[in-house]
Amino acid sequence: MGNNEITNILVVGIGGQGVMTAAEILAEAAIHEGYDVKKTEVAGMSQRGGVVSSHVRFGSRVFSPQIGPGEAHVLVGFEAAEALRWRGQLRPDGVAMVNTLRLEPPVVSLGLHDYPEDPVAALRATGITVHDFDAGAIARELGDLRLVNTIMLGAIADLLPFPSEVLEARIVERFRARKPHLVEANKRAFAAGRAHGGD
Amino acid sequence: MNAAVKPESGSRLLMSGNAALARGVWEAGVRVAASYPGTPATEILEYLATYPDLYSEWSVNEKVALEVAIGASLSGSRAFCAMKHVGMNVASDAFMTQSLIGARGGLVIAVADDVGLSSSQNEQDSRYWGRFAHLPVLEPADSQEAYAMVKYGFDLSERFEVPVILRLTTRVCHVKAMVTVGAREERPVSGFEKNPARMVMAPAGAKGRIPLVFERDAALREYTAAREWNVLEPGRDRRVGFVCSGPVYMHIKEAFPEAPVLKLGLSHPLPLTHVRELAAIVERVVVAEESEPLLEQEIRAAGIPVHGKDILPRCGELSPSVLHPAVTALLAGNPVAPINRYSAPPGHDEVFPRPPTMCVACPHLGPFYALSRLRNVNVAGDIGCYTLGAGQPWDAMDTCISMGASMGVALGMDKGRAPHDAGKSIVGVIGDSTFLHMGMQGLLNIVYNRGNVTVLLLDNRAVGMTGGQDNPGTGRDIHGAPAPRVDYPRLVEALGVEPEHIRVVDPYELPTVYKALREETKYAGPSVIVTNRPCVLIEHYEPRPPYKVEAEVCTGCGNCVEVGCPAIFVTRREQAVKPSGKTVELTFTRIESAVCTGCELCLKTCGPNAIVPAEA
Repeated sequence: MGNNEITNILVVGIGGQGVMTAAEILAEAAIHEGYDVKKTEVAGMSQRGGVVSSHVRFGSRVFSPQIGPGEAHVLVGFEAAEALRWRGQLRPDGVAMVNTLRLEPPVVSLGLHDYPEDPVAALRATGITVHDFDAGAIARELGDLRLVNTIMLGAIADLLPFPSEVLEARIVERFRARKPHLVEANKRAFAAGRAHGGD
Repeated sequence: MNAAVKPESGSRLLMSGNAALARGVWEAGVRVAASYPGTPATEILEYLATYPDLYSEWSVNEKVALEVAIGASLSGSRAFCAMKHVGMNVASDAFMTQSLIGARGGLVIAVADDVGLSSSQNEQDSRYWGRFAHLPVLEPADSQEAYAMVKYGFDLSERFEVPVILRLTTRVCHVKAMVTVGAREERPVSGFEKNPARMVMAPAGAKGRIPLVFERDAALREYTAAREWNVLEPGRDRRVGFVCSGPVYMHIKEAFPEAPVLKLGLSHPLPLTHVRELAAIVERVVVAEESEPLLEQEIRAAGIPVHGKDILPRCGELSPSVLHPAVTALLAGNPVAPINRYSAPPGHDEVFPRPPTMCVACPHLGPFYALSRLRNVNVAGDIGCYTLGAGQPWDAMDTCISMGASMGVALGMDKGRAPHDAGKSIVGVIGDSTFLHMGMQGLLNIVYNRGNVTVLLLDNRAVGMTGGQDNPGTGRDIHGAPAPRVDYPRLVEALGVEPEHIRVVDPYELPTVYKALREETKYAGPSVIVTNRPCVLIEHYEPRPPYKVEAEVCTGCGNCVEVGCPAIFVTRREQAVKPSGKTVELTFTRIESAVCTGCELCLKTCGPNAIVPAEA
């Protein structure tokens, strides 16, 4: 993560994928570790299948909530083309963690635009360190597609300036309070994510 | 104990600006709070509704919300209302005159500007309202300040008997940051006291009040010059000093941590003495403000030379990545004229756009599919999810201006039509909540003035775009409790639409929707078609078994793609030559059964019946 005082994590995807929840959990973990935290997103029309980005910044004192171009340490892409879209926010030494899911919007179905043939290869071609895997397939194996969120968090857990247990504990806490029957599945999802992630 | 109250006094929490503001309003002992949903302000009242010991409501529009707050203030209760920037345009009639009457119980009006237009029809600078109405303006920079300033705002309001504007932007409302909360303070309620000279604003009364406003201006100007909320940070690098308000302060601290900054929290009336103090210690002053050059002009008028919109853009957000290069160039002696355009982050446009879409099985899909197939029609549209009907594949909305504008604009299109457009039909499309907000009067006006307009009233029983809030058409109040529910057919009949030209249709019954539109647009008078199926995002919606496309049966006509449902995908396109020799484009499709909710709309566009239940 380097010696920079502030850690910048950008989570991107499509409205309805759980981008903002993932960012929220990251923020909670950073708070738990005693950091000052800011989190922001543009969420106005996000539940209509539009682009969503959630910025999480933490350090000893954070002023601006926004991660500027070339500033993100980690880019978490919940969808392949969205990861490619936001690549400019990454630092040259940053890491992109990408779910290889391809979600074609209606403008592509209608033939008005093209979906990139291989967004992950295009991302890698820019020289960025990219980890990519099919989080959906892992989630299905574990029995619930909604586990993608936890798998993605597990995948970046070892890229953060605090132990992965801190992040896992926030996820467990959240499910214990709201959906206790899903605690075990989420623990497995977190571990599976870590196995595919970077460090 | 109520969940919202649970974080005890002294707790430190991660809160959005909107959540922190709601907590501050509650702690300030406010007894009445009203709002109409609008991004980025919506959540303020959603949070407030979870607190006990105060009355909260969704009002039908922002003007009514403000009037409710005014009535409560005049009754001696602390009162609050919240709205997005364009809501203030609606509320401004009451607002401008309330400035003369002032406040009794503390009255704070939160106005949230959508700087950068994430979900609005324009970008406007609500700080102007303080100048226009002679009212103080508070501008928090983050959640903690939103929380603290709103409490301060009620004290200020009572101290000067003045309504107070709390100006927010998206980067306060929707940023989460740490906040230390306190406890609620119950306030005495003085009760309403008759005072017609103060509260009946006919000419005689108003003439007595206007001079008092000027006196109040002077008193407030003296007060804002005191240090509270308006802080000069001397900094160490004196090459440039900044004047700013609101969240721009955060961006400056990020981009130029060593620079002197005059941070204006109580930004109107502008404390010029502080600006002069800053100017005296720095080589040059930059006024960094989003949207309009408002402080810049006032400071220049006072004879203090500053930079501002000569180097910073007039529109969009002033994030560090905008501020830093602009000011660095100025310091290097090479100032660059700003680019007054909205630009996506670098590289964004190299990937296809992903505009918001209508939802799978959205009840608006059918009406827009039908409208897109109607010839010779102009469609005056309105504000809501259904504004997406202006996009692809429907291309079935021709105007979108302001809440309720579809009604008046449709009548104007009818009355102002060109002679060669005599055969055209005019349709006004409006959602249920927008109709109740500001559309009813427009329909009454169509009827009264004998307009030839067909109104398509899309009743999905929710304020959809802002997240499905309740309104007088949903049968529930802000707490979800049963509430009286408006009956649209009876309402429009009462406005004067002939009963035989009021139809209620199921928006998933495409042939019925199309037939109703065809017939009513041929009728040369006012008619109303009401759709009657709810938004799919509200919790009562129950999905039905999904469908799939039988690939062997699909003939590639592509009709189902034109529905615009995001569950329908194209598998391949090809050209074919018909027996007549004509070349046609074929589009073969599939349905993503995992997300299909079985609304059956696309079935009605499929000639060969290729769309069948996914689980046969």
